[in-house]
Amino acid sequence: MSTYDFQPAQEDAAIMLEPGRAKPKPTPETKHFWDGCKGGKLLLQRCGDTGRAYFPPRPFSPYTGTRNVSTFEASGRAKLHSYVIHHRPVPGFTPPYAIAVVQLEEGPRMMTNIIDCPQTPEALQLDMDLQVVFVPMDEEITLPLFKPASK
Amino acid sequence: MIKPGEIAVVGAAETTRLGVIPDMSQIMLHADAALNAMADAGLKPSDIDGVACVGPMMPQQVAHYLGITPKWVDGTGVGGCSFMLHVRHAAAAIHAGYARTILITHGESGRSRINATPRPAEPEGLNGQFEAPFGPFGPPTLFPIPVLRYMKARGVSHEDLAMVAVVQREWAGKNPRAMFRDPITVEDVLNSRMIAYPFRILQCCLVTDGGGALILTTADRAKDMPQKPVYILGTGESVESNMVSQMEDFSSSRAFRIAGPTAIEAAGIDRNAVDHMMIYDAFAHLPLYGLEDLGFCKPGEAAGFIREGNTRPGGKLPLNTTGGGLSYTHTGMYGMFALQESVRQMRGTAPAQVPGAKISVCHGVGGMFSASGTVVFSNRAP
Repeated sequence: MSTYDFQPAQEDAAIMLEPGRAKPKPTPETKHFWDGCKGGKLLLQRCGDTGRAYFPPRPFSPYTGTRNVSTFEASGRAKLHSYVIHHRPVPGFTPPYAIAVVQLEEGPRMMTNIIDCPQTPEALQLDMDLQVVFVPMDEEITLPLFKPASK
Repeated sequence: MIKPGEIAVVGAAETTRLGVIPDMSQIMLHADAALNAMADAGLKPSDIDGVACVGPMMPQQVAHYLGITPKWVDGTGVGGCSFMLHVRHAAAAIHAGYARTILITHGESGRSRINATPRPAEPEGLNGQFEAPFGPFGPPTLFPIPVLRYMKARGVSHEDLAMVAVVQREWAGKNPRAMFRDPITVEDVLNSRMIAYPFRILQCCLVTDGGGALILTTADRAKDMPQKPVYILGTGESVESNMVSQMEDFSSSRAFRIAGPTAIEAAGIDRNAVDHMMIYDAFAHLPLYGLEDLGFCKPGEAAGFIREGNTRPGGKLPLNTTGGGLSYTHTGMYGMFALQESVRQMRGTAPAQVPGAKISVCHGVGGMFSASGTVVFSNRAP
């Protein structure tokens, strides 16, 4: 989306990901989302008929089928909806690590990881407030991860 | 519309061996089960005119390998419940006159991985872009993702989720072909190795080799065949999101809520007439979702229903009477084995036979919560 002027995210540049994660490959329908992450913006889309936000990205509304949709920057605020804590090794991860689904303030849910937080059931409380953090995988892809909002 | 009981299962069999079969490739597991089912039905490959099995390019492989010349095929592949959909589609095809005698096969070298179907990474797919980067690694990390939300929404405890595995092991103890047969307790489950919190190894399905096959034809023709016909009263199917993160409600499956009630309504039965039930249990939460979403329990009551013994041997709704995916077998696509047990129960030949059972509901799930299929069987024509 050319209407967004992307600047590299600065504040969380110190967070490093382990090498080896599965790397997403953007498609024409999702490129704006990944460009947004690279520029520190979490971009969602909104149905022109209902006003409801949706995810994952596509150039039409899953609610009504209209192609009249718009892209907007989400607040980045979310709540922890559910998760598992995986205890076996996976490339790019040191177990135990949580695979989480968060509910964004705007409505849609997305899978992510929770950082700056012990990966334990005691620390990971459902419905806890979270804030998006943009963490680069490499020069091409930046992932939207989440951290506890109080931090 | 197709009428309840118009189509019947006349052949049903699993592979001769089940569990660890390192000397058989995947296509031979299909064939071994198919040959056993044809022998069961007293039929030859030349008697079969329709073939269904899972996956791209597979119906032609299976048909050719077995020497069948089909005039109807179905390669629907929506995960482990694909076979429930095959039964539904086959019944419709026979009703329509597209085929007369249809063979449905499953073979999977899930454990030995001989000619097993590869699962390539798809970094451009929606799962590849919006789930894979966050560390899921197969069903044990994806299927249980909604569980903590379900537990909070429904007031379900870790002990409740352990009890599902305990009760099914009790059934497995009655099945000589079950892989795990020794009794277990709630404490055993809660002390077993953690896989993906909240689930431990005893709440996750087995990984085995095996297969199964079914043969369907008209109820009229079934009267002249060697086995007691098992009538198809009703069927249902649906799909939801292929991404577990995008399912509408983490405490209930939309696909279950469509497939199950569609089948039960088509069958024209009351739920309290159901004598036997199979709910695909790749993981311990699935029987709870199934009981609630199919309307056998109110939301939040399934855990108590199981805890109080209703699904145990002697209970009012015997459930997963082989031991299920948790204890009997799970090749990767377990739905065929759930169907086989429903057919055995209706024939009266199950190792853990439910005395006098007349109606069985067989409910499947596939691709995490992304697909569902349900079949209602009876040993009596309506």
